[in-house]
Amino acid sequence: MYPADYRYTKQHEWIQVQGDLGTIGITDYAQQELGDVVYVELPKTGVKITAGSSFGSIESVKAVSEIFTPVAGEIAEINSALIDTPEKINQDPHKSAWLIKIKLDDPNAVSNLMDAAAYQSYIAEAAKEHSA
Amino acid sequence: MNTSATLEVRKTALNSIHRRLGARMVNFGGWDMPLEYSGIIAEHEAVRTRAGLFDVSHMGELEIRGPGALQLVQWVTCNNAAKLAVGHAHYSGLMTPRGTFVDDLLVHKISDVHYLLCVNASNQDADFEHVVASNRSDASAENAGPRYAQLAIQGPRAKEILQQLSPVPLDPIRYYHFTFGKVSGVECLIARTGYTGEDGFEIYFAPEHSEKLWNDLMQAGQPFQMLPCGLGARNTLRLEAGMCLYGHEIDVTTTPWEAGLAWICKMEKAPFLGSDALAQQKLKGISRKLVGFEMSDKRIGRDGYPVLMGGLEVGRVTSGGPAPFLKKNIGMAYVPPESSAVGTNIDIGIRGQAVPARIVATPFYKRPQ
Repeated sequence: MYPADYRYTKQHEWIQVQGDLGTIGITDYAQQELGDVVYVELPKTGVKITAGSSFGSIESVKAVSEIFTPVAGEIAEINSALIDTPEKINQDPHKSAWLIKIKLDDPNAVSNLMDAAAYQSYIAEAAKEHSA
Repeated sequence: MNTSATLEVRKTALNSIHRRLGARMVNFGGWDMPLEYSGIIAEHEAVRTRAGLFDVSHMGELEIRGPGALQLVQWVTCNNAAKLAVGHAHYSGLMTPRGTFVDDLLVHKISDVHYLLCVNASNQDADFEHVVASNRSDASAENAGPRYAQLAIQGPRAKEILQQLSPVPLDPIRYYHFTFGKVSGVECLIARTGYTGEDGFEIYFAPEHSEKLWNDLMQAGQPFQMLPCGLGARNTLRLEAGMCLYGHEIDVTTTPWEAGLAWICKMEKAPFLGSDALAQQKLKGISRKLVGFEMSDKRIGRDGYPVLMGGLEVGRVTSGGPAPFLKKNIGMAYVPPESSAVGTNIDIGIRGQAVPARIVATPFYKRPQ
C-alpha cells in the first residue's frame, strides 16, 4: 500500500526521490479523508518553492486542502492530466496521480521524513482518534 | 475533518449501522451523523438517477394540539395553515417579531386540532421554547423529537421501492401530501416530501423500529442499486435544487422577502408574529436579495467567500460548491437588489483572486416531470 521507497510527511504528502528529482503526491489516507476530489490547483513550472510552503490546493466536494512541499526546489513538471480528471487522485494517489516533480535544492532533504512503516503507525494513531 | 467529541453529542437509533457500513461520520449541530458512505458524488448521482436512503432521525418534531392548534400555528409561522386540508403539508417559516427566521419547517395538518411541525435538528429545542413562549392559544406544544425516527427515500425509483414494503397505495399520494399506514408492518406517517428536488417519501415512526425499516428498505432497494446517503449528498442535492439551508440562506437576520421566499409568506393572514415588520419592509423595499450563481470555470466559490462587483465586496456566498449532477459549480449569495438580475456578471473572491461567475435562475436543477 505505502511504497517502501517513498518518504511521508505529517500533512500526508509523499515524496519519491530519484537523483535530484523529487515526485510529490498525496497519500491514500489523505484522499480518503478528502472524499471525492473535484479540482486541483497546481503551480507553474519554473516556480521556486521553499520547504514547508504550500504549492497548490486540492478541492473536494466539501472542502479545500492546501498541499505542502517538504523540500525546497524548482517545479520541473506538473501533472496537467489532473485538471480534466481530478478524480484520479482518489483512484491512484501513489502513482498516476502524482502532483508535481521538483528539482531538489538538496537531494538529502528527505532523510528526516517518515518511512512507510513510520507513516503507517502515524495514520493508525490518527484513525483511532477519528473514530472516537 | 471535524471530529470534535462534545459531551452532549446525540445519536440516532441507526448510529451503529452507519458505522458498520463504513460511513465517514461528522458532528452536525451536536449530532453524530454520516457524512458519506461510498462518496458524496456517487450518492448524489444515485438519488438523481435511481434512489437513495437517508437517516434523518435527527430532525425535530413539534406536535401542536388542541382547539387553538391552528390559531397557534398561524401566529408563529408565515405561511397560511388555514389553507391546509387534512393530509396536506406545506413549507413555512417560524418567525421572530422582526419578521426574520427562527427556523424553516414543514407544517403537516393531521386534524383540525393536531399539527405536526418538522423542524431542523440543531434548532429543535430553541424552536420549541419559541413556540411555547409565543403561545396565547388554547393549544399545547410538545417537543416530540425523541419519539420520532425519520427516514427519507428519494429518487425516481423511491416510490417503487417503498411500495414493496407497504399496503398503502403510494401513487395517489400527491406531492406535499401525507397519510398514515404501515411500512414493513410498522405504523408510519408517510409523506411525499423531501429535500432533494426528486420524487420521494419521508416516513416518520417510533425509533425502536429504525433498524428493521432501514434494513428492509435497503434490501428492497438492492435490485435498484439504491445507496445509503449521508449529509454530504443531502447538501449537494438541496443546493442543486435551489433549496435554502438554515444558517446559510436564512437565519435570524433574513426575511422571506430577501430570501426569495415570498411564496411562503402570506400577508393576507396577518396579524402574525413578525407581520408588522414584514409589511414595513415590503413598503420600504429590501436592501439585499438572494440569488443563484454559476462559476465560469472549474474553480469553486464556497460558503463565506466574498461576492465582488466592480471590484467591491457586495455580499457573501451563503452556500457554494460543486453540483455533481449538473457538472457545474454553483452557489447562492446575497447581492444588492438593483444588481440581482439573471445574467449579471459577478466575481467570487477565491484566495485573493477575483474569479468570474454569473447570476442564474434558480432552481439550478428541476426534475423531469
